[in-house]
Amino acid sequence: MEWTALSVSLRLAALTSLLLLPLGLWLGRTLALSHFRGKPLCEALVALPLVMPPTVLGFYLMQSFGQQAPLGAFWASLTGTSLNFTFSGILLASLVANLPFAVQPIQRAFETIPPNLREAAWCSGLSPGRTLLRIELPLVWPGLVSALALTFAHTLGEFGVILMVGGAIDGETRTLAIAIYDRVQAFDESGAAVMSAMLLLVSFVTIGVVYGLAGRRRWHRG
Amino acid sequence: MVESASSQRQVRLTVSLQQAGPIPLAAEFYCEAGELLALVGPSGSGKTTLLRTIAGLYRPAQGVIRCAGETWFDAEAGRSLRPQQRRVGLVFQDYALFPHLDARANVMVALDHLPAAERGPAAERWLTRVRLDGLTGRLPSELSGGQRQRVALARALAREPRVLLLDEPFSAVDQVTRRRLQRELALLREEIQIPIVLVTHDLDEAAALADRICVLHAGRSLQQAPAEQLFRRPSSPEVARLLDRHNVFTGTVVEGGGGRRLQWGPWCLEVADGLAALAPGQRVSWYLPPSEVVLHRRDRPSQGERENPIQGQVVEMAVLGGITSVALAFDHCEDTLRFELPTHAARRNGLARGETVGVSLLAAGIHLMPDRPSRPCRW
Repeated sequence: MEWTALSVSLRLAALTSLLLLPLGLWLGRTLALSHFRGKPLCEALVALPLVMPPTVLGFYLMQSFGQQAPLGAFWASLTGTSLNFTFSGILLASLVANLPFAVQPIQRAFETIPPNLREAAWCSGLSPGRTLLRIELPLVWPGLVSALALTFAHTLGEFGVILMVGGAIDGETRTLAIAIYDRVQAFDESGAAVMSAMLLLVSFVTIGVVYGLAGRRRWHRG
Repeated sequence: MVESASSQRQVRLTVSLQQAGPIPLAAEFYCEAGELLALVGPSGSGKTTLLRTIAGLYRPAQGVIRCAGETWFDAEAGRSLRPQQRRVGLVFQDYALFPHLDARANVMVALDHLPAAERGPAAERWLTRVRLDGLTGRLPSELSGGQRQRVALARALAREPRVLLLDEPFSAVDQVTRRRLQRELALLREEIQIPIVLVTHDLDEAAALADRICVLHAGRSLQQAPAEQLFRRPSSPEVARLLDRHNVFTGTVVEGGGGRRLQWGPWCLEVADGLAALAPGQRVSWYLPPSEVVLHRRDRPSQGERENPIQGQVVEMAVLGGITSVALAFDHCEDTLRFELPTHAARRNGLARGETVGVSLLAAGIHLMPDRPSRPCRW
């Protein structure tokens, strides 16, 4: 077991899911509640990483992370470091690649809230902020947990994007998924098997949590 | 308006709204404290939009809403209070209970104006008041339709609102529950001295519960009056039609030997009220409540038969329990005259389809509806 790679993977997955949560909450809620002309386009953009080949997404991210590209140059002027081949780079790439996993469950959850519940809360005197806290969030939390878990699990398994943007720098961008690939390349199949089993276990627990929560919304009529 | 009436005026709700689209509105009505006003109209007549506007959930282009001496909405002044600032108790058609909160917590949501320690006991009190004590720990999904409606009512009242708005509150429950809830609302009214606005498409419900009814069509308020007056004196053929009234006809004002009369086909009808204001030759719509039609008895002619006697052919006889509804057709017009009489009386008189019978149209019942430019009613 490569503990360094596991630690990079866990750090990446945890940060990606935590950073995407507020973004997904805002974006998912906005897409669920508002109707505007460009909404299908926005939804398509959010879903794009789902259907794009990871290497293609990785290629474009690598291009825009370069020092000549506006984003890469801006990052360099801000921090003095590069985005390509750094942990910050793979984190940003994984934020983009996981956007649909964070936004979609949250959007679906908000869409199931009848609009007049919000109005009933306002008429009861709750401000929009307190309505979010006391009425909306308790109703969408399974969606939030789904978003967290899916993002976490998907980041652990991310391969193509990470490889394109980060390479395989030990302790920086070499994740467990990449380490497995390296082991297989080096004919160390037993090493790859241990790490694969580890990822399998984590993925299974995560998806189990998601399905378990989906079945526990006790206020819905059974 | 008189100054002494101002204390009453303080708590009344007045609504005046105009908008060309997307939902056309031209509505003016008021509701006094302790009064129950029913907004009645077919679906799509804007009833629910008006309720939502009062609550601050919808913002029309033009208009003013005042309640309890406060201006809640004034389009020209650019003033529109948020729903939270209006102190409105709104019972939604589907109740809109918070599904994750039990009955008690649902009511507590509306009690934020109280100190935290008092909210629980206050919620219990409100639930007891709507007879839900013992069920306070149940989730909405564990309550029946009628019980949910009570929770919604308790939540609406818990905020100590300045106005209570009820959006078709009895439409989702069965007949028996509906009657019980209606009776409870009638009792509740005695305890809360605020304006109550009820939206319904059920005329019987409106007539039974409301002090006054405001008839709406396509966002326009056509007439507001107590039920009895509305049913006897609709302001236009349109209102009569919306109220499901039959017996709307058109006649001509004529100057006869015995004074001004209403010419209807071959008959010159006496009318107790309203003819003097009309010019001879003028066409006018008129309405006669079914209760103002008197059947001529074949065996025993009586006094009343000298009043506007006419003959028609029975084209429809529907027996509805003890009451028989009869429709008469005439040669000169397509519309039928409907009236009701006890089934035993229909039998005794040998009424049957195809028979020609005589009836009297009571002069005092004939209600003239001269054409007026259509505009919202005023008070």
